[in-house]
Amino acid sequence: MPDEREVLLDVDHVTLRFGGVVALNDVSFSLYKGEILGLIGPNGAGKTTCFNVMTGVYKPTSGGVLFDDKKITGKKPHEINRMGVARTFQNIRLFPEMSAIENVMVGTDSRHYTSVLGALFRLYRVKVKPEELPRVDSSNGLVRTWQQVARTSAKIFGLSRHTLEERAGERKSLELLRLVGIEHRANELARNLPYGDQRRLEIARALATEPKLLCLDEPAAGFNPAEKEQLNQLIRKIRDMGYTVLLIEHDMRLVMGVTDRIVVLEFGKKIAEGTPAEIRDNPKVIAAYLGESADAA
Amino acid sequence: MTETPNEGRLSGVSNFFAGVGNRWRGLPKWQRGIGFLAFVAFLYYLPLLGVPGLTWLRTDSIEGGNNWAGVLFTCAVYVLIALGLNVVIGLAGLLDLGYVGFFAIGAYAVAIFGSTQSPVVKSLQDKFDLAPEWAITWAICIPIAIALAMISGVILGWPTLRLRGDYLAIVTLGFGEIIRIVIRNSTNWSGGPAGIASIPGPQGAPSADNHIFGLIDAKPWYWLALSIVLLVVFLVRRLENSRVGRSWLAVREDEDAAAVMGVNPFKFKMWAFAIGAALGGLSGFLFASRQGFIEPNQFNANLSILFVAMVVVGGSGNMAGAALGAVLLAYLPERFRDFSEYRFLVFGLALVLVMLLRPQGLLPSKRRARELKDRQEEVAVGA
Repeated sequence: MPDEREVLLDVDHVTLRFGGVVALNDVSFSLYKGEILGLIGPNGAGKTTCFNVMTGVYKPTSGGVLFDDKKITGKKPHEINRMGVARTFQNIRLFPEMSAIENVMVGTDSRHYTSVLGALFRLYRVKVKPEELPRVDSSNGLVRTWQQVARTSAKIFGLSRHTLEERAGERKSLELLRLVGIEHRANELARNLPYGDQRRLEIARALATEPKLLCLDEPAAGFNPAEKEQLNQLIRKIRDMGYTVLLIEHDMRLVMGVTDRIVVLEFGKKIAEGTPAEIRDNPKVIAAYLGESADAA
Repeated sequence: MTETPNEGRLSGVSNFFAGVGNRWRGLPKWQRGIGFLAFVAFLYYLPLLGVPGLTWLRTDSIEGGNNWAGVLFTCAVYVLIALGLNVVIGLAGLLDLGYVGFFAIGAYAVAIFGSTQSPVVKSLQDKFDLAPEWAITWAICIPIAIALAMISGVILGWPTLRLRGDYLAIVTLGFGEIIRIVIRNSTNWSGGPAGIASIPGPQGAPSADNHIFGLIDAKPWYWLALSIVLLVVFLVRRLENSRVGRSWLAVREDEDAAAVMGVNPFKFKMWAFAIGAALGGLSGFLFASRQGFIEPNQFNANLSILFVAMVVVGGSGNMAGAALGAVLLAYLPERFRDFSEYRFLVFGLALVLVMLLRPQGLLPSKRRARELKDRQEEVAVGA
């Protein structure tokens, strides 16, 4: 039973009002470690608002969100990210004038320790293993001499933490770009990437922050069936890597195919929760989607 | 990196520059290094410029033209300002219209603490019974100027960096004016509208015995300023190519997305502001040391606009662009003196033209393609 599993995220009676509009009305649900939870509902049901509360963009009017048994409501977005929540955006929000790999490296930086002064003076040295020393491989005599100097100095003084983190960041970013399938575009500006690759890049950037929980906000929007199938596999792969995934999606086929459990929102209220099979047959959900009146169902 | 077609109507010119730029970036690293060293050597040689065919560049080649080395010194100080402002505007994307405030603080720091004629030094002399020639040494004034500018940057940034876009621009514009007016009205410590004279240089208070950093020969001053500029270029480059530079760009591109990705926007904006302020203070310090005399009206809001124009015309976000903008805006009015009365008219026209034809600046910023060969091999082994 799901209840025996460890709770990763607990949304506890969250209400959010914007003036007279109730965007979220007493919403509660839990997310268990290692599962893929779908969050569905008609347009304007409050799904993205729910994400915004979880990632610190909005503060709930009442109620709270617990992540890993720690309260995250009231924390700043970057603090919540450091606790292990990462997300993508429904309307793609990359850093358009930065290359794809730099976008991902912004994510890896969130786990790095180099300070501003550390980047400026690079005095914090770390001893390195022999295989990580700079190579001497040039055929040009002048360059070769320079490389030898660099290698010797790295042997004696070690390398700066900045350099090592920069390398580790590049390596990890390339791995993630490969995972989502756009490694060959690493050096292209994000704004020049095709639409589908931008969506993939957002997932890579979110994964780079080493989250425990990955929130995907309509990752399949605008995808054709073949691309949706790829995404389906990517999400499963991500789950198998040990991440917990929260998925907002409109495409029912994708949601039903990939999620373990589903929470349904309508007009800011939770109207159903259960396995895909249960949700498919739930009269309230059918009513919400087909527009029948609630009492008729 | 794939080429994107250049926007704007000067595409022929831009494509030419882009072609040169790409060729340059395509060269092996060591050849670029040698090219850079040659360029630096040329910069150090500039005040002596006597190559036939290039002497027309000198500002004293025209009638009534200013001392050539002196103009070069001004250019170097402006480049330093542009580098600092480029961190704030170009990298972090914060429109600062009061940069002259930091410039003034740096200038007044060396004047107030280093000049024998400043009210502060005089009262210290009285209090501690010191000789009338006593004042704080020039070299010690450097960290004082930088620290004061940085502190004022933090004080200004703390409440205002929560503002965005236009609001920040208005507040900083006010800050620049406040600094000038406070200095003008505080006769008891800043000399008020009369200003402060006898500001020291590296060899102490101005006197006829200063053979190197004197009032007449500006060449050593230029070399000093150029050396500082090169040091700053080196340090800012380090920041640009680290997580700090990436965080600045991320905040500039999309502050909310950056925050959700773990970047603390306030912290990095504050650092950009503090570093920009420190460089503004340093350039003000150099300016005041060379001038020997400063007064509040030298630091009016026009200068702030000129500073922003240097960065925007040159190409914000790109150090070479900002430096080019600074050199052009400092040098052209000196060389073409006949038109210098119309300089603000010409500036306005040039600004409008640049915005229309080449909104990204003369030398737009271009993200360096990362050399990923080694990393790709490592990943291949690891996977």
